[in-house]
Amino acid sequence: MTWLIEARGVSIDYRTDAGWINAVRDIDLTIAPGEIHGLVGESGSGKSTLALALMRYLAPNARISAGRILFDGDDLVPKPAEAMRKLWGKQIALVPQDSLAALNPSHRIGDQIAEIARVHDGLSPSAAHKLAVEMLRRVHFNDPEGAARRYPHQLSGGMQQRAMIAMALIARPRLLILDEPTTSLDVTTEAAIIDLIHDLIHETQAAALFVTHNLGLVAQLCDRVTVLYAGEVMASGGVSAMFTRPLHPYTISLLASLPRPIRGTETRLSTIEGVAPAPTQRPAGCVFAPRCPAAVSICDQKPPIETVGEGHLIRCHRWREIETGALIIETAPTALEPNTLDDVLLAPYTLKAIHLHKTFRRGGIRAWLMGKRGTKAVDDVSLSVRSRSTLGLVGESGSGKTTAARLIAGLETPDEGTLELLEMPLSSNLRARPVETLRRLQMVFQNPNDSLNPYRSVGAALARSIRRLSETKLSSVEVERRVKALLAAVRLSSDYAKCYPTELSGGEKQRVAIARAFAADPALVIADEPTSALDASVQSAVLNLLKDLRVQRGVSYLFISHDLNAVSYLADWIAVMYRGQIVEEGTVDDVYGFPSHPYTEALISAIPNPDPTIRTRRIRLNEEPDDQIPTVGCRFHRRCPRKIGALCETDAPPWRDAGGQHFIRCHIPIEELRAVQSENTLMTESG
Amino acid sequence: MMRFLIRRIALLALTLLITSVIVFALTQLLPGDVARLILGREASQEALDNLRVQLGLNDPIPVQYWNWLTGFVSGDWGRSFTSGSPPIRPLVMERLGNSLRLAALALIFSVPLSIILGALAALREQSPLDSVISLATLAVVGLPEFVTGLALINIFALGLGWFPASASANAESLGDLLRQLTLPAITASFVLVAYIVRLTRAGVIEELKKPYVRTATLKGLSRGEVLTGHVLGNALLPTITVIAISFGWLIGGLVVIENVFSYPGLGRLMTTAIERKDIPLMQAVVMVTIFFYAVANLVADLLYALLNPRIRLE
Ligand code: SF4
Ligand code: SF4
Repeated sequence: MTWLIEARGVSIDYRTDAGWINAVRDIDLTIAPGEIHGLVGESGSGKSTLALALMRYLAPNARISAGRILFDGDDLVPKPAEAMRKLWGKQIALVPQDSLAALNPSHRIGDQIAEIARVHDGLSPSAAHKLAVEMLRRVHFNDPEGAARRYPHQLSGGMQQRAMIAMALIARPRLLILDEPTTSLDVTTEAAIIDLIHDLIHETQAAALFVTHNLGLVAQLCDRVTVLYAGEVMASGGVSAMFTRPLHPYTISLLASLPRPIRGTETRLSTIEGVAPAPTQRPAGCVFAPRCPAAVSICDQKPPIETVGEGHLIRCHRWREIETGALIIETAPTALEPNTLDDVLLAPYTLKAIHLHKTFRRGGIRAWLMGKRGTKAVDDVSLSVRSRSTLGLVGESGSGKTTAARLIAGLETPDEGTLELLEMPLSSNLRARPVETLRRLQMVFQNPNDSLNPYRSVGAALARSIRRLSETKLSSVEVERRVKALLAAVRLSSDYAKCYPTELSGGEKQRVAIARAFAADPALVIADEPTSALDASVQSAVLNLLKDLRVQRGVSYLFISHDLNAVSYLADWIAVMYRGQIVEEGTVDDVYGFPSHPYTEALISAIPNPDPTIRTRRIRLNEEPDDQIPTVGCRFHRRCPRKIGALCETDAPPWRDAGGQHFIRCHIPIEELRAVQSENTLMTESG
Repeated sequence: MMRFLIRRIALLALTLLITSVIVFALTQLLPGDVARLILGREASQEALDNLRVQLGLNDPIPVQYWNWLTGFVSGDWGRSFTSGSPPIRPLVMERLGNSLRLAALALIFSVPLSIILGALAALREQSPLDSVISLATLAVVGLPEFVTGLALINIFALGLGWFPASASANAESLGDLLRQLTLPAITASFVLVAYIVRLTRAGVIEELKKPYVRTATLKGLSRGEVLTGHVLGNALLPTITVIAISFGWLIGGLVVIENVFSYPGLGRLMTTAIERKDIPLMQAVVMVTIFFYAVANLVADLLYALLNPRIRLE
C-alpha cells in the first residue's frame, strides 16, 4: 500500500507557563489516496492539533517534538515555511469548523475562492473568477454567480461551509483535512454537506482526514477511523471492523453509550465513569485506565500499539482476551421502570401553553423604513406536558424552540397566549410569579457557565437556591443537609460543595445546574439543550441522571433539543417545530413511525446512524435562508420533497388528527401520507 | 446606501443647528456690553444707543439668533469688532486654507508611517522592536506640543538651519511652502503617530488571532500577502475612523503649535478673537471648526461602512 500521508511516532508539545506539555503522543496515522479517514476523539483529545500538524501547521506555542510526517514520501517536519507555502492550498487544503469565522468578512466569496487559483496556478483574475464560480456550481449553489458576489455574512451556515469546500478543492489538492466541518450545522444541512464531501472525495481521488466527535458521521462517511483518547491512539482500523467488533474498551464503551435512533425509554444508557484527564494529569500507564471497566494491575504500564489484523491497530494490554471473548466489557444498560403508554396518554397536565405568539420587532427607524417589522419566532404554538412525562421539543436553529421555552419560563413575554401550571393560571411575567410557582417550575440551560456565578462555590450556590425557594426559614444545619442530598442526587460527592465552577468539567457543571433546579420540589423542569455542549461519554451520564430524577422525584420535563437521538431516549412525547410552528406532535413511537410530517421524515432520515452496516435512505433538503421564509401557505413548501402543488403555496395546511393524540400539519391526508412513506422506507441505499 | 447617506447628512445638519444654538447662547453669556466694547469707554450714550439699534442688540434674543443664523447660512458672517470692522468671511476663509494645508501635510507625514510602525510592532509582538516602538510613541505622546515644537525649532531651524523657525504662510513657491510647513506638521504628527501606532498595533494583533488569518495562511500566501491582502483591511477599520476624526482636531485644535510657529491658522484666529472679545469672529470660527469636525465624522462613518460590508448591507 502506498500512503499519501504517513505519520510515524508523532508527538506534539505545547509551551505553557509551567514548561512544555505533551498534547499528542506517539501517533501513527496513514491515509491512502481516495480514502476518507475518520479521526474521532472527545474535546481535549488533541484531534484538531494532530490534524493541523499533519499539514505542518502548528500554533505559535507548539512544536512537533518527535516523529515524521511523510507526504508523498517527503518528510514535512523539517521543511521551511516557504516550502510549506507551495503545498498549502495547492496540495493540502483545510476545511475548518466555523466557516463564518474562517472566511474574511470583508472580501467577496468569489474573490476568496479565486485567490488560491491566482496564487498557485497563476490564473488571471477573470479566469480565476470563472473557475471560482464553476467550483460554487459544483458544490450545489443554485446561483453561483450571485453567491460569488456575496459577502460571507450574507450566506447561511451551510452555504458558507459549501463555499469553504469549494475553496479547498479549487486547486485540486491531494490531501483534504476536514476539521469538524459540520459541527455547528443543523442535521439536515449536515447530511447534505456529508453527501457532498463523500461525492467530491470519490470523484477527485483525494485523501481526506475527517475530524469529528460524532461517531455516527464516521460510520456513514469514512473508510477507516482512528480513535484518539487523551492524546494517544487507542484504536485504528477499517470502519466496519471497528464499529461492529470493537476490541478496545474505550471504543466499546463509547459506542455503547450513544443514544441510538431507536426507542430506549425502558433502559438507561451505558456510561463511562469520570472525565478525560487534562494534558498535565495523564496517567503514566494506559491513559484510559482511570475510567476503564477492564483495568487491571498491568495497565499501570503503557500498553504498546499492536497490529491485530489487516491495518487494524489497538493500544490495550487486554485486546486478545476481548477478541476471544474471555473478557466481556460490561455495557449492558440497567433497566428502568417504564412509563407505560396508558400513563403517557392519560396523565393529568403539568403544563399547558395555549396559542403562544411572539414576534421579535426590529428596533429603530431604519428597520421601520426598510419594512422589516420583525420575525415571528413563535406562531400560535400550543404545548402540553403531562405529569411525570417528558415532552421533547425538537427543531433546527431558527425553529423557535428556544423562544417557546423562554416564553414558558417567563424569560420572554408572549404577545398573545396563556399558560397554565398544574391547572392553575401561570403569569407570563417572571416577576409576577409567586415563590410557589418558582419552586414548581425550574430551568436548566445549555451552557452552565451562563447560569453559575463563578465567584460562588457550588455549596453556596445550592444553599442560596434552597433558602430562596424554601417555604419556611431553614436552619443552616438543615440547609447543609439538603445541599449534600442534592449533590448525592446528581451523583457528585459532597466534596464538590467547596469547589468553584471554574474547577469543574462541563459535565460536572451541568450536574450542579441540574441539582439547583431540584433545590425545591419542581413539578416541571425546562431543559434547553442541556447536553449539547457535552462530550459523548459525558452526555449519556447526564441523560441517565435526568431520567433517574424523573422517576425518583416525579417531575415532568420540557426537553428542548436538536438531537433527535437524545430526545427519543428521554421523551415520551415529541413536538416538532419548524419556523415558529409545531408541525407534528405525538408519542415518540408515533412521531418516529409512520405517517409523519414530511419535515419530520427528512429530519429523522438525516440522523447519522452509528452503525456502518445500516444505510438508510436519506432525504435531502435544499437550504433556505432565514430571511426568505414563506409567509403564506405551508412554511416548508419551498423545501418539501412531498409538496403536492400550488395548494401548499397558497393555503395554510390543516392540523390533521392521525389518531392516538398524534397530529400532523400537512395538506396530504393521513392515509396517503402513511401509504407513500411506508413504500419509501423499503428502498434502502446500499454501500 | 443612498438612504444611509441622506440620513447621515440630515443628522449632520441637525448637529450643526444644535451647536449653533449652543455657540450663540454661550457668546450671549460673555460679560461686557458689546456696544461699549466696540466704541470704547469714552463713547457717548447716544452713540451707544445708535449702535445697539444698528446691531439689533435690543431685539429679543431669539430674533437676534435667527438673524445671525440666516445671515451666516446665506454667507453674511458679519463684521469683526476690531478697528476697521473688516468683514469676517474672507478672514476666516484665508485662515481655513492655511489650516487645511497644515492638516493635510500632517496627515501625509503621520498616517503611512504610523500604520507601518503599528503593523510591524504587531507582527513582532513582544519583541525588542515592539518595545522600542511602543516606548518611543509613548514618550512622544507624553511631551507637550510646545516642547516638541520648540525642540524641533532649536535643532532644525536655529541649529541646522534646514527649515525656517516660523511659518508665515506667505510662500513664494510650493517648495518654500513645504519648507515652512514641515516643522509644524511634524510637531502635529507626533501626537497623531503615537495614537495611530497604538491603534493599528492593537487592531492587527486582534485580527491576527482570527480564524480567517489561518485560512489565508493555509491558502499558501506569504506572510506579507496575508497581512496586506487580508489582515490590514479589517484591522485598520477603527484606525480610519480615528484618522478622519483627528482631521477635525487638526483644523481647529492646533492653537499651541500655531502659536509656537506663529502660523496664521484657525486656532490662532480663535485665540485672537477671544482676547479681543470679538464675538462675531468667535462664532464664525467655532462654527467652521465644528462643521469640519462633523464632516470628518461623516466621512469616517462612510469610509467605515464602505470598507465593512457587514455594516453597509445590514
Ligand atoms: S490497557 Fe488496561 S486500562 Fe487500558 S484500555 Fe486496556 S484494559 Fe483498559
Ligand atoms: S403542506 Fe405541502 S409543502 Fe407543507 S409539508 Fe405538507 S406536502 Fe409539504
